[in-house]
Amino acid sequence: MVAHLVRLRFRLLANALSRSPWQAVAVILGTMYGLFMLVLAVAGLFTLSFASDTAGRTVVVLGGAALIVGWTVLPLLSSGIDETVDPAKLATIPIPINTLILALAVSGVLGVPGIITTLATLATSLVWWQTPLIGVVAVFCGTIGALTCIVGSRMLAALTVQVFSGRRAREAKAVFILIPLILLGPAILGVSSLFRELSTVLPAIAEAIAWTPLGAIWAVPGDLALGNPGAAALHAVIGVGTLAGSTLVWRLALDRALERPATSTSVGSAQRGLGWFRVFPGTPTGAVAARALTYWFRDPRYALSLISVPLVPALVFFYTGASGDLTGLLFVGPVVAVLLGMSIYTDVSYDNTAFSLHLQTAVSGRADRWGRVIAVSVFAAPTTIALAVASVWASGSWDRLVGLLGVSLGLLLTGLALSSLVSGRFAFSVPTPGDNPLKSRPGGGFTLMLSMFASWTVLAVLTLPEMLLALIGFATDSAFLGWLALGTGLILGSALLIVGVRVGGALLENRGPEMLVQLQRQK
Amino acid sequence: MPEVKSVPPALEISGLTKSFGDTLAVNSVDLVVPRGSLFGLVGPNGAGKTTTLSMATGLLRPDSGTVSVHGVDVWTHLVESKRRIGVLTDGVRLFDRLTGLQLVTYAGLLSGMERAVVAERAADLLELFDLEAASGTLVVDYSAGMTKKIALACALIHAPEVLVLDEPFESVDPVSGANIRNILHGFVESGGTVIVSSHAMDLVQRMCDHVAVIADGRVLASGTTDEVRGSSTLEDRFVELVGGRRHGKGPEWLRIS
Repeated sequence: MVAHLVRLRFRLLANALSRSPWQAVAVILGTMYGLFMLVLAVAGLFTLSFASDTAGRTVVVLGGAALIVGWTVLPLLSSGIDETVDPAKLATIPIPINTLILALAVSGVLGVPGIITTLATLATSLVWWQTPLIGVVAVFCGTIGALTCIVGSRMLAALTVQVFSGRRAREAKAVFILIPLILLGPAILGVSSLFRELSTVLPAIAEAIAWTPLGAIWAVPGDLALGNPGAAALHAVIGVGTLAGSTLVWRLALDRALERPATSTSVGSAQRGLGWFRVFPGTPTGAVAARALTYWFRDPRYALSLISVPLVPALVFFYTGASGDLTGLLFVGPVVAVLLGMSIYTDVSYDNTAFSLHLQTAVSGRADRWGRVIAVSVFAAPTTIALAVASVWASGSWDRLVGLLGVSLGLLLTGLALSSLVSGRFAFSVPTPGDNPLKSRPGGGFTLMLSMFASWTVLAVLTLPEMLLALIGFATDSAFLGWLALGTGLILGSALLIVGVRVGGALLENRGPEMLVQLQRQK
Repeated sequence: MPEVKSVPPALEISGLTKSFGDTLAVNSVDLVVPRGSLFGLVGPNGAGKTTTLSMATGLLRPDSGTVSVHGVDVWTHLVESKRRIGVLTDGVRLFDRLTGLQLVTYAGLLSGMERAVVAERAADLLELFDLEAASGTLVVDYSAGMTKKIALACALIHAPEVLVLDEPFESVDPVSGANIRNILHGFVESGGTVIVSSHAMDLVQRMCDHVAVIADGRVLASGTTDEVRGSSTLEDRFVELVGGRRHGKGPEWLRIS
């Protein structure tokens, strides 16, 4: 039965890959990335064997603890790294719970991340290769550590299925969890600079972590090397206990989840009236705009892009402004402009097959494009202008305002133009409506990423005129060049937007049925 | 029928073909749906019903063949023909983050109708389908049957002359189903044409005056319901045409005693 379920997992993966060659490419790239990290880890661990035992122990404990945290927290964010075998789908089949636990654990280990993690943890024995006996102990501890990673991730996933089963709860979780995720970058930056200052304290930190479930098992070989068999035994007990405890909790949670499969409870709060449909004109364009704007506030996939807007100033401040020089804040306007301009890049893909309503009603491609552009512009234009003004105010460089506005608005308009063009022609693999917005199908985002990079390049080229004018204006303190940049940004950007909307609209109209077929494949 | 010659039929399909990769989904289908008929399209799963209807309504481009609605070629006059057709597609999503009222309004406005007309008709349709109480609820929180009904309302709002409904009765409760049937009969009596695809043979036999049996992408029989079923029931005739009926009571081990 275990072998059977594991085979099922690989069969599902293979079938998914054979449906989409790009997905296969992405999985291969992901594997290569994983192997690269593995080689780095192995080389690092081997080098560590020439350092002091304390250093080896510190690094292994901290790295191992980070590994467990990563394994348990990341799936929480992305609703499960490996959902290929979904326990909920097995609920109707009578499988003994212990068999199921074992099968899920094994299929977790046998995934690409699982294999690489296991190999990396086994490689911790390299640190102690000079004393082979401790190396053997490290192999055992590494195995337990790797298992703890996988079981821990399963445990939290099974636990949270219960908590986040309602639609609203699920969506709220997805959106709010993003904030710490985005701030993770600066946080790591801050922590690592803290580390550099406190490198002498690191062993003490490792010592503390070694007594927690996260770090205990990793400390065992180091304890032995330092000649503390007593501590090693205690750490081993904590580590094995952690594995046993999480397996037990996982088993309980899974048992409960199978008894009460998560169903989407309908808790609809009624709302009156037409909302945005009353505000926009009663034309096809106005209707598309009203629908799109409604989605901006009601669909968590859009809400995600909205949330990242206020985070940009925070991030830019963190990376550049913390030192006291606030000129870096001037980047906020242009960065947000690019984000918002490209935010409708996957708009039709987000519609998924609901787009067929646009086909059925024979709405013109141009009305479709303009509606979406107008909806995002309603808040994108004021936001961009406000942020540009605010950044100038904060950094006290009023003379740069006009040029900065030129660049920001130029980027926004040109970004909207590119989005209108591309989203009228290509359907991308994006989270489907109602899915976790952070969920990515294996490799699904790859084509999107490639085309995004291409579009960013094109965007940079197309906005070169206003950017050059503004930059030269900044360098020479020329107010005239600033105004010229503003004029260029507005006129060139608007012209490009009109072209983008027309061409994108024509493409959408001519290839509407083909687009629907593509969208149906994403379903 | 000489009048069919003088007045173009509601829907005329000839030589319609579509293949997906190596699979021939629809193989040279010919169909004539007379005006004012309630036309049933029946066939087993995967027979090509949805594919045929998608091509007939301008949602899926055929490999070859022509479709015309009231004499207007669908694929050369997409906008004009789509104004005449109301479509309920099976297995596509709706813009379900809108409330029921918003969704119907959206469909109306997209068709290019005046806002006042849309508002009036949307209210009528919600009342007709018994969805008034749920008009402010997001469609994503609707039950399957309610979702079907709101999709049907979207198909009706622009007052089409031909209604093409793919599985309109699936997961609809008996009372709503009866209401929908009444609405369709009324629509046909007033001169409209309805084409429904369905698995429910009893329902089609009772409801439709014309029927076509389709399997493996081909039309096996087509005509008035009485012509097609002859002296037997539609279900028996269907099984006879399509084949695949197994006799006997299943394998030994599946019998409890």
